[in-house]
Amino acid sequence: MGINRSNQSEGFITTRLDALMSWSLKNSLWPMPLGISCCAIEMMAFAGPRFDVARFGAEVFRFSPRQSDLLIVAGTTTYKMARVVRKIYDQMPDPKWVVSMGVCASTGGMYRSYPVVQGIDQFVPVDVYVAGCPPRPDSLLKALMEIQKKVEAGKTQIEERGKVFVG
Amino acid sequence: MAKLTNEFILGKLKEKFGDGIILSVGISRNVAPLRGQLSIAVERSAIVDVCKFLRDDPDLQFNYLSDLCGADLKNFSEGGPLGDDRAYRKAYLAVDRSNLPEIVPDEERFRVIYILTSFSNKYKIRLVVTIDGTKPICPSITSIYPAANWAEREAFDMYGIVFEGHPDLRRIYMPEDFEYYPLRKEFPLMGIPGSIPLPPK
Repeated sequence: MGINRSNQSEGFITTRLDALMSWSLKNSLWPMPLGISCCAIEMMAFAGPRFDVARFGAEVFRFSPRQSDLLIVAGTTTYKMARVVRKIYDQMPDPKWVVSMGVCASTGGMYRSYPVVQGIDQFVPVDVYVAGCPPRPDSLLKALMEIQKKVEAGKTQIEERGKVFVG
Repeated sequence: MAKLTNEFILGKLKEKFGDGIILSVGISRNVAPLRGQLSIAVERSAIVDVCKFLRDDPDLQFNYLSDLCGADLKNFSEGGPLGDDRAYRKAYLAVDRSNLPEIVPDEERFRVIYILTSFSNKYKIRLVVTIDGTKPICPSITSIYPAANWAEREAFDMYGIVFEGHPDLRRIYMPEDFEYYPLRKEFPLMGIPGSIPLPPK
């Protein structure tokens, strides 16, 4: 954002609309908490007073995908659940971002067996992978900050965003 | 009330049902007593009557079904289920199998195991029923213990044992259109690729 010298006394700033949009979006991400197993406990700590995600403007957890723009897949995703995860992802309005929290969501983790999907990136595009079993809330905060970087860069298309690994 | 003993329960059952139904006690293949707990192999067709008797007899009062589960006894000769996974193969071969039974015939392939508890007597027993692997059918005990409902659905889901008389025998864990029984020994650990479709990306 730039300051227009001639209007400085009046309190104006000038910027591109895109940058303003990205800036505001970045500081008010609304997560959709998909707490499908034990990682959800750490996700609650991440939202709670000790780690306090409100510092990053993402404290408004919505339990409706239609009001959210950040999907946090927190837990083991079975094949049966995969259809639900995909449906929730499809219901979220664009632009949207996805955090794969913990090793189970990212790779199947210790559940190397027939019912568990070996990585949710087989059916939804993932922006940030968080390592850990479960990850500490700090790691999830780091993931949120990585998402904020992506939002700030203004790249809303999934193909041009790339993947980030945290942990 | 006098304290229950294994001998007393067994005597009652033998008196009521006889040797044709109470097949063996704690000695037959894999029906071994565990920590003094009584294990009784029961003729398949009589399991409902035996459960009803154990529940309703005033001396026994086995009024609670702790657990009901299936088991697949199929054992493979070396290299059967091992596949290409070297670590698994090594672990499998490291186990001492000298005291295990010979190859189990298909007619005795499955087991259904019932663990009954008597709260008033503070006592537990185990009933074991052998199921034919070529025709896995077992009478349902949901009419005696309603708690068996979901447990029988689980055994059906995992082993394909059909419980006759069950009010609602559907899969409980796996998707309803799934075609395999995952805890059968021939089912590969990582599943059959493509058997459960993922949503398109």
